[in-house]
Amino acid sequence: MKQAEFLNTVLPFKDKLFRMAKRLLVSTEEAEDATQEILIKLWSKKNKMESYKNVEAFAMTMTKNFCLDRLKSKQAGNLKLVHTNYTDASTSLQGQLEAKDSINWVERIMEELPEQQKMVLQLRDVEQYEYEEIEKLLDMKPTAIRVALSRARKTVREKLMEKHNYGIA
Amino acid sequence: MELHNIEKLIEKYFEATTTVAEEETLRTYFSGDDIAPHLEQHAPLFNYFTKAKEERFTKQVPLKPRKNYLKWVSVAAIAVFMVGLYFYRPTPAPVTLADEYTPEEIASAKEALALLAMNFNKGTEQLNHLEEFEKTTNKFLTKNN
Repeated sequence: MKQAEFLNTVLPFKDKLFRMAKRLLVSTEEAEDATQEILIKLWSKKNKMESYKNVEAFAMTMTKNFCLDRLKSKQAGNLKLVHTNYTDASTSLQGQLEAKDSINWVERIMEELPEQQKMVLQLRDVEQYEYEEIEKLLDMKPTAIRVALSRARKTVREKLMEKHNYGIA
Repeated sequence: MELHNIEKLIEKYFEATTTVAEEETLRTYFSGDDIAPHLEQHAPLFNYFTKAKEERFTKQVPLKPRKNYLKWVSVAAIAVFMVGLYFYRPTPAPVTLADEYTPEEIASAKEALALLAMNFNKGTEQLNHLEEFEKTTNKFLTKNN
């Protein structure tokens, strides 16, 4: 497989990988590194890639696993910091300015969701995957996906309402 | 899209029973301008999803067709080694007397050489007489001159 061919295969979904990585890792830099890592891994497997039925799903699963590993690993210590930085930022001036944009609230709220709900919400509502695809990607049962998705959506709604009712926290 | 329908879809949405197409309908509705006031609270949610999907991965990935030079280094090393082996002629080890002759042979050869040397020395001793003879003849010759 030539480089151009590889890029044509990867190009349609590389943004999806990045968004998934960013959803899980929060930090843009970390997500960029993760995406790069995944693409390089794919490139090194480029000869086998033709035999995969669905390269996108394969890459997506790789990204998911890679990011979850990153979160578990020691190196993720600085990722945790990013998390606390975000919550602290809500009281800072910059945080208040950002909070005025209620769309950004959703992002902030999503960061607080459990990882599984984050992934389901990301795959379904941002990337618009079908349930069957999500089942395969996350290795979950259909009912579990629906429960997680419903919970995630309701949590976001509730938190969003809270912010609306109390204004800037 | 009728308001009633949208309300129903929102309800279904939070129960996670909507299809992708129905969710798309909701996103389109909330991206529009005429959102019913009592539904406006949901707008940020759907607008965020639309916005989140626009995020792009812009970092360049170094995808050089990685030539494995290290692999070829070993091949080259072996080639050089083979060529070297082909042209290598070991210089013959210096042959010593001890390798070719037995000690007895060497001893007898030494004896023979000693005998020769002794006789040779005898011969040179005889030459001294000749020298003496020459001296005297020279005397005669100078006198004759």
